[in-house]
Amino acid sequence: MSGGVDSSTVAAILARDRGDTVIGLTLQLWNQNRLAGHPGIPDTPKAGRCCSLDDVYDARRVAVQLGIPYYVVNQEDRFEQDVVRPFVEEYLAGRTPIPCSLCNNHLKFDQLLKTARSIGADSIATGHYAVNEFDPVRGRWLLKRPADLAKDQTYFLFGLTQDQLAHTLFPLGHMTKPEVREAARRHGLRLAEKPDSQEICFIPNGDYKQFIAAYLTEQGRPIPDTAGEMVSADGKVLSHHDGIENFTIGQRKGLGVPSPSPLYVIHIDPASHRVTVGDDADLTTRTLRARQLNWISVPSLAGPMRVRAKIRHRHEPAWATIEPVEDNKVLATFDEPQRAVTPGQSVVFYDGDEVVGGGWIY
Amino acid sequence: MAMGETKLTAHIYMDANATTPLAPEVFQAMRPYWIDQFGNPSSIHMQGQQAHSAIDQARESVAALFACGEADVIFTGGGTEGDNSAIFGMMRTGDHLITTSIEHRAVLQPAERLAARGVDVTYIDPQPKGAISAEAVRAAITPRTRLISVMLANNETGVLQPVEEIGRIAAEAGAYFHTDAVQGAGKVHLDVNRIGCHLLTVSGHKFHGPKGAGAMYVRPGTPIEPFILGGSHERRLRAGTVNVPAVVGLAKAAELALASLTDGTEQRLVRLRNRLESGLLAIDGAAVNGAGAPRTANTTNIRFDEVDGGALMIALDLKGLAVSGGSACHSGAVEPSHVLSAMGLDKHAANSSIRFSLLRTATDEDVDRALDIISEAVKKLRSLAPA
Repeated sequence: MSGGVDSSTVAAILARDRGDTVIGLTLQLWNQNRLAGHPGIPDTPKAGRCCSLDDVYDARRVAVQLGIPYYVVNQEDRFEQDVVRPFVEEYLAGRTPIPCSLCNNHLKFDQLLKTARSIGADSIATGHYAVNEFDPVRGRWLLKRPADLAKDQTYFLFGLTQDQLAHTLFPLGHMTKPEVREAARRHGLRLAEKPDSQEICFIPNGDYKQFIAAYLTEQGRPIPDTAGEMVSADGKVLSHHDGIENFTIGQRKGLGVPSPSPLYVIHIDPASHRVTVGDDADLTTRTLRARQLNWISVPSLAGPMRVRAKIRHRHEPAWATIEPVEDNKVLATFDEPQRAVTPGQSVVFYDGDEVVGGGWIY
Repeated sequence: MAMGETKLTAHIYMDANATTPLAPEVFQAMRPYWIDQFGNPSSIHMQGQQAHSAIDQARESVAALFACGEADVIFTGGGTEGDNSAIFGMMRTGDHLITTSIEHRAVLQPAERLAARGVDVTYIDPQPKGAISAEAVRAAITPRTRLISVMLANNETGVLQPVEEIGRIAAEAGAYFHTDAVQGAGKVHLDVNRIGCHLLTVSGHKFHGPKGAGAMYVRPGTPIEPFILGGSHERRLRAGTVNVPAVVGLAKAAELALASLTDGTEQRLVRLRNRLESGLLAIDGAAVNGAGAPRTANTTNIRFDEVDGGALMIALDLKGLAVSGGSACHSGAVEPSHVLSAMGLDKHAANSSIRFSLLRTATDEDVDRALDIISEAVKKLRSLAPA
């Protein structure tokens, strides 16, 4: 229970409508006061930030209202090790990470599920918008897109294993967000109108650059000098930049290079610190490679398969053919070239509404 | 809620170091002072005098607990206030404070604040068994050492600290000595002259008194500045209208605590605690933190290897056994204990540790049931969620 509308409504639906025995758990993942005092890090965390006191208060109030036991589980160490540190390292390596998927894979559906089962629960239930169901024909648990496609969170859930899917409930999968708010109102939850959280939960003010600097300083690590040249697609040096972690593929703003036509970051080379910019046409590619794959609707990828591939959270899945390549990696070839394929993001493959599987773009 | 009621009827409470229920006698003693005898002890009229005499009588009871004169007892709003008053009230810029890394945060945080304001602070680490070496305290003394603050018994391990020896060392050095006796009250004799302390703090709710009530011993002549200003109450050392019902309750609790020291309670608790402990040690990979050190009768702190202590506490609570471990952070989650870390346990081991602290009403049946619940929960956690 995050203290938001979605997970609170899940608790209400299970405890009241379904009459399940429910235990409320909130993950304490990051101490928002930890980096206070560093530039850009506020002294008082806002609500909607990870584990802010206001959100824990809200979650606890809902649990009391529903008459369910409630606990806050400290997973700060795991979160730092499995989410925050990789997040920082990925940026320093010129990639653009997705902490939410890492958190789902390592914290919510791994450690939290283990904790839940060890304290006597059969399953965990979350407020994610996704559908999971068992297909007796294939003998596999499937992950499917939800009723509310605008809230679809399957992109962040591609890492779920069969065992995890079998012990997870997504009660909101068949509801739209307005229906969820209506259910919250029906159950008399005071937070029914609470706004959705949008940004990365542990980053204050959405400024990841200041967060990275503050974190490295706290760790007593030097802020690595990743400054370098900014070059055009044909290799001409246009200017110098302050660090590769300030850029992401497809970025247009803040390049500091005057140009008659819009310029975009098309490549980041972590070794030479060179950032290549080009026009819209340079930004598109037909293929991508992904690693650290997880398969859901199929046991593994035996040969070429037609799918629709989603390469970032707000991307409309595009037709592609995927095929296995060496060392458990996959090559995806799009029917139409795609803009801004970004290393560090994940690619998720869909067959209709079903998630086939996914991996990390490199 | 129905859930709460059904659960609590069967609950076994082994978290007495966190708080204790009011003794029924305490509840009865407090009763008249809410509505009928509501006077302000500072008032000159009859109602005020009635309240004043209740406070006087309460002071006698607490003085008996401390083995001191009544004039040396100051009522406070609890243990944290007492500790803050002692530290802030004694220290001036440029002074040296000696304390330990296993104190309660009610001592540690004032010390940190003072360190930021030009007070020199030395933290003595405990020996691996959890006791502070008095010799280490002696070695830390400088000509500028004004105050030594060492707790009487540790809240997490129950380990008794060598306060009498430290009292002698302080006297030799001409330093003042404060002891946080919050976990000692009702468990061991608090004889301020034997301890040789200038300041001693206790908290009512740790020995079946009310929350929000505490008391402090102040040795005559101790140059302590008041921490809370705003009136001449409590010999000008603690301003604010005295919380009469709470103080009356605290005093009754002090009487009961004193009586319990000689009625066999301690021996019974030691026996129960030892039974619990040996039952727990029969679980694979279990060990006592603070084993071999003298401890309060009711406390044992056990480490269960490869178990997430936070999850274990939840599992036990859901089965009807209330325990604690580590310290609660702002959100209510549990952080690894600074006490166990100071004793040399790594984060993993500290995080695998649980404190069991028995109420003086604990029974053999409680211990038997607790042992069943714990061994089953530990087994389940290790198989499903290895830490």
